[in-house]
Amino acid sequence: MPPRMLPEPTPETRHFWEGCKAGELRLQRCTECDGGSYFPPRAFCPKCGSRKVEDYAASGKGVLWSYVINMRPRPDMGTEPYAIAVVKLAEGPQMMTNVVGCPQTPEALQLDMPVQVSFAKQTDDISLPLFEPAKG
Amino acid sequence: MKQKSIAVVGAAETTKMGKIPDVSVIGLHADAALNALADCGLKPKDIDGVATAGISPVDLAHYMGITPTYADGTSVGGCSFMLHVRHAAAAINEGLCNTVLITHGESGRSRVGAGGFGRAASSLAGQFEMPYGPMGPPTMFTVPVLRYLKARGYTVEDLAMVAVIQREWAAKNPRASFKDPITVEDVLKADMIAWPFTKLMCCLVTDGGGALILTSAERAKDFPQKPVYILGTGESVETPMVSQMEDFTSSKAFRVSGKKAFDEAGIKHADVDHLMIYDAFAHLPLYGLEDLGFCKPGEAAGFINGRNTAIGGKLPLNTNGGGLSYMHSGMYGMYALQESVRQMRGIAPAQVPGAKISIAHGVGGMFAASGTVIFSNGAP
Repeated sequence: MPPRMLPEPTPETRHFWEGCKAGELRLQRCTECDGGSYFPPRAFCPKCGSRKVEDYAASGKGVLWSYVINMRPRPDMGTEPYAIAVVKLAEGPQMMTNVVGCPQTPEALQLDMPVQVSFAKQTDDISLPLFEPAKG
Repeated sequence: MKQKSIAVVGAAETTKMGKIPDVSVIGLHADAALNALADCGLKPKDIDGVATAGISPVDLAHYMGITPTYADGTSVGGCSFMLHVRHAAAAINEGLCNTVLITHGESGRSRVGAGGFGRAASSLAGQFEMPYGPMGPPTMFTVPVLRYLKARGYTVEDLAMVAVIQREWAAKNPRASFKDPITVEDVLKADMIAWPFTKLMCCLVTDGGGALILTSAERAKDFPQKPVYILGTGESVETPMVSQMEDFTSSKAFRVSGKKAFDEAGIKHADVDHLMIYDAFAHLPLYGLEDLGFCKPGEAAGFINGRNTAIGGKLPLNTNGGGLSYMHSGMYGMYALQESVRQMRGIAPAQVPGAKISIAHGVGGMFAASGTVIFSNGAP
């Protein structure tokens, strides 16, 4: 199996990937307007354009927002069908991910089910933020 | 733009369609361009504006022997050609050029002289989507759909019906790739590609091309074909990543582009006789009918199931068979425009009797961009 396709961080996104490595899902928010949290990372607020933004550790909680189950796995993803999912985070932003720790079936993957982040180490530099069904 | 100030005077597709293993990408552009030039009786030297996507307008101009005073390389995916029409209209009205050639050619199936897809691992999509295993449009364009179905109360049978009715249209089109009738059950039983999407809910992968030639309405009367006037246009873009679409149940780019075009054209929905909505996948016509305002949210599936968009219906939709059954080379927008022009000229294989206003609405990328062109065959 070829190595999994991995992100190459840029200066504007490095804090996010450093966070994943440290076990934190880091979002950003504006300190000048009440535009709320945003994703993907950038050095300014997409609502008001201010450069006065901060990153912070988000809750890592969200709900399964939508997905497809890819029946023709990409070679670097193995041989079994897998869901390509979008999670809606408690803080507002949506992010693409995989849902792990449950069967990759329509029955197991119910829209709006609570999920929580789970970091999967890929290399010394990159851990991917995956999600699993929330416990309890 | 001023209504009916610009007209399409030349329009043609490639000589062959479907599998064309003996022509390269730029060769398909040129074949379509030569056919469109013949259609309006012009030579390359008569063209002073060029626009294309996929290849550079420099490639096109040099290959065709054209020295333009206007070049547009807008490349926002499959609806780029709708944007080219819009920009060309503005350019001609502003005096930047007189006669614009817009081309498309793609060796989607045979891959002759075709570049590769792919996004840099440092791009936003490379960082925040590709690591999770998407493999091209069938696994990305489809991601919002479960949310859409749940929000609207639609079912997978509703998606299947889109493909079934478009196949009925394709049966009337001799150049369509697939013409045999299919049922909802056939669609649901086809190979599962990316649940809930089966193969028959996904577009074809074919080779082909098309070209349009535009000039001022004043000059249009002097050409051999019936002029097709541009009544209104719109465009917009939203996001390069489908996961970052603001609302999974509605395309912002569709709404903005569609409204702009309707406002420019000064028409009501009831005035529209014929509609093309770029259907890379079966959900696109549903989103399009709602986002363009033909149906209220939640009513598009019932509208299609009620055969309103089918043969004999009040709003004939995707009358060439669409990307699902006619052809889809990769950037399908050109073929939607070609079918609108044929309908306005009155020469379409599945001609809508007496059609006077046609809309071609395109999508680019995965809900990334949109372009809308409203045509009329009535003289200014």
